[in-house]
Amino acid sequence: MSHLYEKTASDLAGLLRSGKVSSVEITESVLSRIESLEPAVHSYVNVYPDLAVSMAKKADEDIRRGTAKALTGIPVAIKDNMCLEGRKTTCGSRILANFRPPFDASVVRLIKDERMVILGSANMDEFAMGSSTETSCWGPTHNPWDIERTPGGSSGGSAAAVACGQAIVSLGSDTGGSIRLPASFCGVTGMKPTYGAVSRFGLVAYASSLDQIGPFARDIRDMSLLLNLIYRHDSLDSTSVEIGHSDFTSLLDNSVSGMTLGLPIEFFCKLTNEDVQKNLLEARRIFEKQGVKFVDLSLPSLDYGIAAYYIIAPCEASSNLARYDGVKYGHRAEKFDNMIDMYCRTRAEGFGQEAKRRIMLGTYALSSGYYDAYYLKAAKIRTLITQDFKKAFESCDAILSPVAPAPAFKIGEKIDDPIEMYLTDVFTIPVNMAGLPGISCPAGFSRDGLPIGMQLISSHFQESKLVQLVSAFQRETDHHLKRPAI
Amino acid sequence: MGLNSQSIDNLIVTSILSSLGKMKITLEQVDYVSALGRLALSPDEKTKFMGQLDDILKYMDTLESVSTDNVEPMAGPVELFNPLREDLVRPSLSVDQALANAPSSDGSSFVVPKIIE
Amino acid sequence: MEFESVIGLEVHAQLLTETKAFCSCTTKFGSAPNSNTCPICLGMPGSLPVLNKRALEFTVLMAIACNCEINEISRFARKNYYYPDLPKNYQISQYELPVAEHGWVDVDTSTGFKRIGITRIHMEEDAGKLIHDDRKPVSYVDLNRTGVPLIEIVSEPDMRSPEDAAAYLRSLHSILVYLGICDGNMEEGSFRCDANVSIRPKGQTYLGTKTELKNMNSFKNVQKGLQHEIERHENTLLGGGNLIQETRLFDPASGTTISMRSKEQAHDYRYFPDPDLLPLRVDLELIERMRKALPELACQKKERFVRDFGIPEYDAGVLTAERSLAEFFEKTVKIFPNPKSVSNWMMTEFMRFLKGSGTSIAYAPVQPSELGGLLSMMEKGAISGKIGKVVFEEMWKTGKDSNQIVEERGLIQVSDVTEITDMIRIILLDNPREVTRYLNGKTQLIAFFVGQTMKATRGRANPQIVNEILTDELEKLRINLVITET
Repeated sequence: MSHLYEKTASDLAGLLRSGKVSSVEITESVLSRIESLEPAVHSYVNVYPDLAVSMAKKADEDIRRGTAKALTGIPVAIKDNMCLEGRKTTCGSRILANFRPPFDASVVRLIKDERMVILGSANMDEFAMGSSTETSCWGPTHNPWDIERTPGGSSGGSAAAVACGQAIVSLGSDTGGSIRLPASFCGVTGMKPTYGAVSRFGLVAYASSLDQIGPFARDIRDMSLLLNLIYRHDSLDSTSVEIGHSDFTSLLDNSVSGMTLGLPIEFFCKLTNEDVQKNLLEARRIFEKQGVKFVDLSLPSLDYGIAAYYIIAPCEASSNLARYDGVKYGHRAEKFDNMIDMYCRTRAEGFGQEAKRRIMLGTYALSSGYYDAYYLKAAKIRTLITQDFKKAFESCDAILSPVAPAPAFKIGEKIDDPIEMYLTDVFTIPVNMAGLPGISCPAGFSRDGLPIGMQLISSHFQESKLVQLVSAFQRETDHHLKRPAI
Repeated sequence: MGLNSQSIDNLIVTSILSSLGKMKITLEQVDYVSALGRLALSPDEKTKFMGQLDDILKYMDTLESVSTDNVEPMAGPVELFNPLREDLVRPSLSVDQALANAPSSDGSSFVVPKIIE
Repeated sequence: MEFESVIGLEVHAQLLTETKAFCSCTTKFGSAPNSNTCPICLGMPGSLPVLNKRALEFTVLMAIACNCEINEISRFARKNYYYPDLPKNYQISQYELPVAEHGWVDVDTSTGFKRIGITRIHMEEDAGKLIHDDRKPVSYVDLNRTGVPLIEIVSEPDMRSPEDAAAYLRSLHSILVYLGICDGNMEEGSFRCDANVSIRPKGQTYLGTKTELKNMNSFKNVQKGLQHEIERHENTLLGGGNLIQETRLFDPASGTTISMRSKEQAHDYRYFPDPDLLPLRVDLELIERMRKALPELACQKKERFVRDFGIPEYDAGVLTAERSLAEFFEKTVKIFPNPKSVSNWMMTEFMRFLKGSGTSIAYAPVQPSELGGLLSMMEKGAISGKIGKVVFEEMWKTGKDSNQIVEERGLIQVSDVTEITDMIRIILLDNPREVTRYLNGKTQLIAFFVGQTMKATRGRANPQIVNEILTDELEKLRINLVITET
């Protein structure tokens, strides 16, 4: 570990405080790593070396003055759907190719106040709709562990960057698994906090009742630092919850002996991949060694998670994406006969296939005559899922499950089969449906050397349990320390 | 968006299948929905979407087997009530900022093609 | 065949809040285009709505004033449609669960009091303004008005004539302005009315084909539009034709209604609960607070004026038509406790000057204390009523106080009996021929003598005293004559 870009945020913070290294040096190390890997990995839509260095300089001033905060001077990537004032925020879409917001997302404001260093906007599936980062109009991101494979999605860029040193930490967003899945495919730690715990102001909406911003990091300590920063109420977001929290890093040494983990039958019976099965079994053994008990659970409504999600998310998305019309910002078609024609051509030219498909699906499901059968029904299923989880948490502290049915698949393998692609999210979707916090932690590797993650889910606002469990796991394992050979 | 005869043939075949009740979604519905969503679709896209949407909607059929009588639809994951904001004016964007991203503006307004009523 | 008409009205009222419904931009009218906008009301990606507390309070106030049931929980819904003045291409409104329902207002119509039901009152946001270019095929979008809070008040189809409808509209208008929650300006668009009208054979209970009427921007036009439309319905049916359910625009120039040429796109608004806003709770505490804040409404004030001040119902009606006028009246009566006097004066001189100058009552040059002072002066006899009018005009024009004016112009009424008697005797002596004619029966000539006396005193003589003394003196003369003759 000789390069600065390979170190953790925690280690770097220590080096910065002791004056052994400067933020500018760290930033330059990461920037050059970005430059050398971008042709192969393509984690970023836009990199801002000038902005990053100027922020690093300011961070160094703070450090010299002794006013540095926990993450001051640490380089971070933000997903391309988080508004960064004055810079292109494209959401991986042609329809926003030149959009520069006149405001920062609330989490970006927090990052700036903390005097972190913003590296650029990470690549993503268009409007966060996808599980592989293949629908980005800027081209796919490649998995650093095997560049012929996807890094997962939709926050593929954010995960890949952290995995291969193109960022120390990063932020992604998760609507149906878009943080946890790429974390699993890229061998990093990624969390979707409880719905309402992190502000959505400035996060370009895909499905408003499911979207959440969350951190990617190389270990649970780094993640806790970032979580400390973004986990708070924001008056600009009506769905933001007023919840205090303790310093997540204070939980890292806690013992997990006596805790109980639940295993949902409905999940495990769907698991057919031997590598994933093996790693999860091994994970169980490690937890048991630390005094954790296991119980079997049944959450029958989990079987309907995907169907219900693929109604609710497209419905909300079809409404959220209506604003992209060529009037106020974004792409406008050059040739059109009249106003309606302008709308139709602008949107046809600006959106990719997956976005169009979900807009069609959502518009259909909300249209006159279908609301009860689809949206209302799905909303009721959501209640059932939430109730099932509530009951489950009466007998366990957290739930252990796979993140994905298999390790990273090849680029192009599933892109033409929407349902196949949607099924990738079978283990992650129900967590968003219930608004629960979920974390993906490196649990091992496949025979081909591809990362496999395990998911832990806890009750609302019980991220502390997830932090403790993952910390205990990472004390006993070294999967999270492995790096891709790239 | 090429209009070649193959595209149109495909569309016709799919349309017939749909009208024979073999599909959940008809061409009329695809046209209706794409108009509602202001999306211009090529014949190829229409054929593809009809097929894909059909697959997806058939997959949704699994929901019919779940009983949801007496279940309240979930309003959202947050079990609180809507917060209120004090009625105090805050600075707006400048006109330049508001129009900076406009595809077409005259410096004071957004310019759009005239709507024909 | 005799028909009866069935009319329902939908009123949109702009609320007089400082800021918009979902963002903190000012609602100030008349600013440069797009100068009162922000990412939220511009519908930029990533923006989120936060509800204005005062908008909710005003809505609850109106609901109470209209005797509605207030729903403890209500929800915002998205009404999805595309239009250039609607940046998000959906309007945040309310659909299944409005704030208030099942209310009524008692309306004073020409045929007595009628109770008109109010189906619902709900909150929503206004759209922007579209200005069409005369020569080029373009339109200009100004989004200042986007997001201004509106309440929509939907009536039951309880009105049976255009007069009823106008009376109901005036009642609503009065309530809104009295509550201080809307300025009720139809021409400027802060108070809008659409109508639904159908006809049916008298005595039937089914509803005939209804048409929706828009673009009636004055009380007169509402009545005219409805009148024309009802006639059109009648003529069509009597001529054996069919009516179609459609939307028609009132054309003020011709006084007729025109079908909206746009293809009858059945508006599929795809309403669904807005996931960016949580369920809205109106608790008892808020309702009680608003109930206490409820000012006395026009009809209650009118009854009180008749009862406590003993003024005629007509006068009370005029004085309570505007809350500011009623308050002015009461303040004046406090200073000069002769309600009938105050009422007379206000309904004549005061209103004449007020209307003529075009100012609002708040800025009237004569305020209650000044009017009271003037009326006091007249009652004491210091000046006559006629002089009073002169003084009032000068008060209005110069803003000076009545005392000041009377002194400066030497207008104090002459009431000194000796002085007047002397003057009268001189006049009688100067006009022997007229005296003879009077004594011979031409008693109308008293007016001539009064006129002469007033001229001699430059209008300052107390007319009552002049009359009395003249009559006396002339009688004395008559007696003297008789005595001398005999």
